[in-house]
Amino acid sequence: MQVEMTVNGQSMSADVEPRTLLVHYIRDDLGLTGTNVGCDTSSCGACTIHINGESAKSCTMLAAQARGTDVTTIEGMADNGTLHPMQQAFMECHGLQCGYCTPGMVMAATSLLKENPNPTEAEVREGLEGNLCRCTGYHNIVKSVLSAAGNSTNGGSQ
Amino acid sequence: MIPAPVDYVEAESADAAIAALTQHGDEAKLLAGGHSLIPLMKFRLATPTVLVDIGRLGDLSYINDGGDHIAIGALTTHRALETSALLQADAPIMAHVASQVGDPSVRHRGTLGGSLAHGDPASDLPAALLASGGSVVAKGPNGERVIPASELFTGFLETALAADELMTEVRIPKATGAGWSYQKFNRRAQDWAIVGAAAVASGNGDGTRVALVNMGPTPMLSSAVGSALSGGASAADAAALAAEGTSPPEDLNGDAEYRSHLARVLVKRALDEAGS
Amino acid sequence: MTATESAPANVVGTPRLRKEDPKLLTGEGKYVDDIHVPGELWMGMVRSPHAHAKISSIETSAAAEMDGVHAVYTGAQLADMGLWIAPLPCAWPVTDDMVNPPHFPVATEAAHHVGDIVAVVLADSRYGAVDAAELVDVEYEVLPAVASIAEARDGSATAHHDLDSNKAFHWPLMPDPDALEAAFASATHVVKGEFVQQRLIPAAMEPRGVLAIPSPAGGDVTLYSATQVPHILKVMIAATTGLPEAKLRIIAPSVGGGFGAKLNVNPDELLAVTLANKLGRAVRWTESRSEAAFSTHQGRGQLQTIEIAADESGKIAGVRVHIDADMGAYMMLITPGVPLLGSFLYTGVYDVPAFGFTCDGYFTNLTPTDAYRGAGRPEASYAIERAMDMLAAKVGVGPDEIRRRNYLGGGGPFENLETASTLVFDSGNYGPSMDAALEMAGYADLRAEQQRRRDAGESKQMGIGLCTYVEICGLAPSRALGGLNYGAGGWEHAVVRFLPTGKVEVVTGSTPHGQGHETSWSMIVADKLGIDPDDVQVLHSDTAISPLGLDTYGSRSLAVGGVAVAMACDKVIEKAKLIAAHQMEANADDLEFAGGAFTVKGSPESTMPIQAIAFGAFTAHNLPDGMEPNLQEQVTFDPPNFAFPFGTHVAVVEVDEDTGDVSLMDYTAIDDCGTQINPLIVEGQVHGGIVQGVAQALWEEASYDADGNCKNPSFLDYLVPSAAEVPSMKLGSTTTPSTSNPLGVKGVGEAGTIGSAAAVINAVCDALSPYGVTDIAMPATPARVWKTIQQAKGGQS
Repeated sequence: MQVEMTVNGQSMSADVEPRTLLVHYIRDDLGLTGTNVGCDTSSCGACTIHINGESAKSCTMLAAQARGTDVTTIEGMADNGTLHPMQQAFMECHGLQCGYCTPGMVMAATSLLKENPNPTEAEVREGLEGNLCRCTGYHNIVKSVLSAAGNSTNGGSQ
Repeated sequence: MIPAPVDYVEAESADAAIAALTQHGDEAKLLAGGHSLIPLMKFRLATPTVLVDIGRLGDLSYINDGGDHIAIGALTTHRALETSALLQADAPIMAHVASQVGDPSVRHRGTLGGSLAHGDPASDLPAALLASGGSVVAKGPNGERVIPASELFTGFLETALAADELMTEVRIPKATGAGWSYQKFNRRAQDWAIVGAAAVASGNGDGTRVALVNMGPTPMLSSAVGSALSGGASAADAAALAAEGTSPPEDLNGDAEYRSHLARVLVKRALDEAGS
Repeated sequence: MTATESAPANVVGTPRLRKEDPKLLTGEGKYVDDIHVPGELWMGMVRSPHAHAKISSIETSAAAEMDGVHAVYTGAQLADMGLWIAPLPCAWPVTDDMVNPPHFPVATEAAHHVGDIVAVVLADSRYGAVDAAELVDVEYEVLPAVASIAEARDGSATAHHDLDSNKAFHWPLMPDPDALEAAFASATHVVKGEFVQQRLIPAAMEPRGVLAIPSPAGGDVTLYSATQVPHILKVMIAATTGLPEAKLRIIAPSVGGGFGAKLNVNPDELLAVTLANKLGRAVRWTESRSEAAFSTHQGRGQLQTIEIAADESGKIAGVRVHIDADMGAYMMLITPGVPLLGSFLYTGVYDVPAFGFTCDGYFTNLTPTDAYRGAGRPEASYAIERAMDMLAAKVGVGPDEIRRRNYLGGGGPFENLETASTLVFDSGNYGPSMDAALEMAGYADLRAEQQRRRDAGESKQMGIGLCTYVEICGLAPSRALGGLNYGAGGWEHAVVRFLPTGKVEVVTGSTPHGQGHETSWSMIVADKLGIDPDDVQVLHSDTAISPLGLDTYGSRSLAVGGVAVAMACDKVIEKAKLIAAHQMEANADDLEFAGGAFTVKGSPESTMPIQAIAFGAFTAHNLPDGMEPNLQEQVTFDPPNFAFPFGTHVAVVEVDEDTGDVSLMDYTAIDDCGTQINPLIVEGQVHGGIVQGVAQALWEEASYDADGNCKNPSFLDYLVPSAAEVPSMKLGSTTTPSTSNPLGVKGVGEAGTIGSAAAVINAVCDALSPYGVTDIAMPATPARVWKTIQQAKGGQS
């Protein structure tokens, strides 16, 4: 079936099997490989993207379900080479190591701040409950998100 | 993990969805947010041959004041429930419990109707529906019927919905100002409850309804606790009965003894918080 | 800590932002599954559903006839094709008589663990490979499975039906058995701890994957693999397949974490290379998360018995340890060596006069075990640190005091101290580490709050746990590895070359997968050569670009590979000085090198920047007679000794008596990894390591049923914690430079994991001590904690 949607501001289309997961449509058919797959149970959030501005796990949707939506992936976050403030915060706070969970974390974190622009540390931690990282122990991820929210004094770090 | 091949039909209306279900029978599955069905399909534990996508039926996504109840469209997302001022005022347990489902990304896509129709005993929202004394509206080829929550969950992952019926609306009696509580116990925030307890104190002297999560094959009301409370028992005495009539599962998170204990602890906490 | 953009030079020791990040933050980083070539075939693995079974028959026709399926191979067919000349390698035969049943990429006669590959399909799509694998019909004759170490010891069934016993080896480290005997015979106090190191699933966030690209005309194969060890892999693939080493190129592109799980030579890697070579088409595979419980090795899996003999004051007289270690179904690359890596550390940071260690390795019908973050050392640290708390209780002193009474070097600074376990610790200073940790944690206040809760009889009790750890890093002196029967050396290689424009290219044999080598190596080079770190490009992880190397594991990168880089810089400076002396018509002895330029002593106006010398070396117009052109040097560094980082961790937990729930309230860590190159990266390593250790203590365990089925292969039930389960951490450091290398660095990749599991369980036991609870197994699940409390209460009443 033909599946069309807007991805990072561009109209995209591909002919795929109905069972095609959105994450595979994005990665394998559109070639946008920044969105990663870390599990098969909607647990890890490595595949997190935005659909119509809200975070979603693209491994738990069919591409068909996203027909006609406005999708943003990690490739759509930086603006002409200038990092998105959340990406910048992750860099400045060392919020990534191997980088595999990072695109999903950034997408989840930007969605979180859209809904709660000034979160506490506890709210950031709860807000990222669906995104797993094995490298950072989350300390610097939480710090990054608080920093991006302009709330770095709550970072809990010295 | 990849779903098995499947055909896909997008329903333009509730009636079209029902027609598609009628046409394909047991081979068809309704697809709303997909957050219950697609994980099963990826492990090939569910292998429908046709998916009937109702996810775009915008007219089934609403939260309205229905007079003595709040009427919620079946395709309303958890996120919409969580942030609804109407629910927060008149059926606050529904808004709160929605905020406890999965994680934010899941709540953006998952729907109330999907969660209830899946009938998972470990899910949060069925317990909230039961404790609220709510009901659902099912629409089929022969029209609509209302199914009380207490009759909705019939077996493990089974509900009273017929194969050709579509849940269109969920009705939650207003509980404005009434005490309520949801106690969810799990090891990770994103996980299903090991055990959960929902309590809603009825505003009209009906007593307090207590529902249990993951204490048997279906989401369940605790009739033992409810009866004890109606009979004037203290919260502590009523909570001590929380495991009665249950058949808790055994898994890596706990055996039946532990789950029974948790049920008593959580029901006590819920009753205390609900002011019962 | 606030990270800043540092000025060029003098960047070592500053929290410099990582070079690696922009690519990874924007999705530009390419992991194996992101790389595609035309005509690639996807492997689908047909895996045994039984832990132990003979293969009766395999019916492949339905799969072979499916649209898009290129081929289906059974193990027998592959064996007949002559794709390999040797089984999968075990590089660490710990004893001469170690039992090592042959292990081929695809089983031919019998499967020995759930997930053992019995057939492979090749299809032209990701989905098609999964579909086709499901169509392969295998009949098995199910055999009794050995599903635990206890069953393996019992021996009523054997994991390999043609073996008489499940025992693979017995390995002793008994420097002085008589002294050990005497120590226990005359001791006032003897404490004995029996601990289970549960199996863990490493769970790097990037699943493993491979892509092999053949060159049918040229006869060479390029393998992209999500591996920590491309160099080791290259040697091993050549040795097992017979393909000429020179025709193999191994590339580890962006690798999404490893933690030891990508330190192996796996069936899929051999299959991809050989089938691509055979078919003339690219062959690929990516494991799914749930598949990884079978397709990637697991960690830990040990039963430990530790005894401490001490005098009346708690001063240790001897430590005696026995380990039964679960090898799983096969010996993988270093499976049997993992317990040995820990063996030397069961004396911890303590002055132990007499020590003895024995280990028995057993086969089971479970996924093979191998290295997992810390590999043997977290296990050792856990055992000694748990036992020290038991000793403290027996002697009647606090956990801090019992440690202070036993610190090596009296708790003060020392260098090159020999331990009873036959190691020479490079340097240490343990007392100040404890002081700093207790102060930062607010230990006195914590104890006061704990007492208040106890007095008030609150349902949420508090526990405080300490751990002072030491670890072995900087793997390794090659001779020492030889002494342990390890099949390779422990050196590392580096090249530092000036390019004509004055930029510097570094080639390292160390293979990063998240540790930030590019940033740290650039900082080392920048300070050495007096240039901007941004002018340094670090090349790695591709055997065609970096042909010599021994890769990244065992916290060895900086202490061996980083040191090699620094030493290569020194050689570059030496050569540049000769050129400068020649061109400046000065005596080389009269030249000083500082700030990136050579200056004649006493004549600051007479100066020559190293970039100009580099260009001169490139043009070679005016070099000293006989000197080779270009400014490039290489060093292969073989460390004279290991490095021994240490530290003190303090965990604070709250235990809900009503539910058994344990929550980590606070965590403090003072780590000493010697000289720090980039404190930002050091802290990141510690943070992540701590949470992995906490996860072992509280959440994670690969659970198996009696038939050898893993009950929790996916992230639904294998509980990798999220941000919501852990607090922010308080970190500090002391700096005791290593004497094992000129940079004074020790390594930090595993430190957090080595300190944290013991600290957390010590805290849980501390919280429950009023009930008389002295131990609780990992993971301390709510159910387990609650039942332990009930049993203890029952015992009291």
